[in-house]
Amino acid sequence: MEQLLEFFTDPASWSGDTGIPNRLIEHLAIAFLAVLTASAIALPLGFYIGHTGRLQMLGINIANIGRAVPSYAMMVMLLPVMLGLAPVLGYDPRLGLRFLPIFLAMVLLAIPPILVAAYAGIQEVDRDLTESSRGMGLTERQILTGVELPLALPVLVGGFRVALLQVIATATIGAYLAGGGLGRYIIDGIARRDDGMLYGGVVLVAVLAIGTDVLLSWLQRRLTPRGVRIATELETERAGAAAP
Amino acid sequence: MIEIRWDWIANHLDDVAEKTWQHLQLLVIPMVAGFIIAFALAVLALRRPGSVGPVTAVTGLLYTIPSLAAFAVLIPITGLSLMTAIIPLTTYTLLILYVNTVAGLRSVPPEVNEAADAMGYTRSSRLWHVQLPLAIPLIMAGVRVAAVTTIGLVTVAAIIGGNRFGGLGQFITEGLQTDFDTKIYLGAVGSVILAFVVDGALVALQRALTPWTRARTEGS
Repeated sequence: MEQLLEFFTDPASWSGDTGIPNRLIEHLAIAFLAVLTASAIALPLGFYIGHTGRLQMLGINIANIGRAVPSYAMMVMLLPVMLGLAPVLGYDPRLGLRFLPIFLAMVLLAIPPILVAAYAGIQEVDRDLTESSRGMGLTERQILTGVELPLALPVLVGGFRVALLQVIATATIGAYLAGGGLGRYIIDGIARRDDGMLYGGVVLVAVLAIGTDVLLSWLQRRLTPRGVRIATELETERAGAAAP
Repeated sequence: MIEIRWDWIANHLDDVAEKTWQHLQLLVIPMVAGFIIAFALAVLALRRPGSVGPVTAVTGLLYTIPSLAAFAVLIPITGLSLMTAIIPLTTYTLLILYVNTVAGLRSVPPEVNEAADAMGYTRSSRLWHVQLPLAIPLIMAGVRVAAVTTIGLVTVAAIIGGNRFGGLGQFITEGLQTDFDTKIYLGAVGSVILAFVVDGALVALQRALTPWTRARTEGS
């Protein structure tokens, strides 16, 4: 406990490249970049599947493969590939060591939850609503952006919540592969037998993950129209369970 | 680019077997411990529905903490003993097992429970002989997700387990430290294969436990 206090009160913990502000920025930057990249791939595909009902098997298969391969295994399998590709594609090998394997593993892991949320959210929209919108003369595009998307928003934010939490956890592990972020304190704390730094890292990482979760669950509620909120509250208990 | 030394693997099959065995131990012990806790909490949820909110919140909180942090937190306390891996692996199973067991037990139609009551079942015999069997499909769905997740987390435990624990994940850490791709892929691919095999075994177990679901689909 004393060592933990020492870590947090030491001015060196708060400044420079190894300081908490910089480590936090590293952690958040790679996490957001990965979720953005994953969204650019998963959202258009998910909306297409949800709106048209086509390619559904592809969506399910991508989701299942993503879930079967754990983040750490994905990351280490990408490491030799990214190092080997550096001279071939002409990028800095340090990029292949410290950034690309971690980043790509994070993107691959963030795609399934966002993809599933995008198509499931749109598919769950009452068919009567889309049919009547069509009857009122709305174009397919207007139906998607004006009817289906707003109603799917809570589900979509739920997908982002899962993706972001997974990515934050993966970034922590990334520190073991010479990546930056808050996980560095855990890895370096163990290596230097510095329990203050180790616990400092644990506290920071846990607070970041829990804070993200709380923020996004608040956002999820905020973005839910009141009528839908009452209806979904009745549903959540069933939806929370993994399907048989 | 990546060279897999199959001969090295062939010469170290005893090592592979030993680490696979430890991987399975680190799967089964936390799963059993987690299931006992989750089941007890789920039975509590039937008797006191008010407990669901707080229990879900606490198990959800434990599930949210990134795995590396959860393993690291115990090092100064339990050192490099197996408990350092077993405790966080157990807490990670709780949310999934609890949510699915509660959903499973609640999925039993009220008229079935009433019929059991009318036939003179006591509350506990009704739980074991009526509610539990009918809840198996949802419980097993949770067990499958928890098992696959745990197998992945065991490899992460190897980061802090050194040469003491981490199952097949130890191959990964050793491979990274000695820059030996064969070991990295052996550990990573091995744990993914293990996850598929265990998942397949659990599907078979579920079929064996619920013969009536099979009879129904075959009959129709």
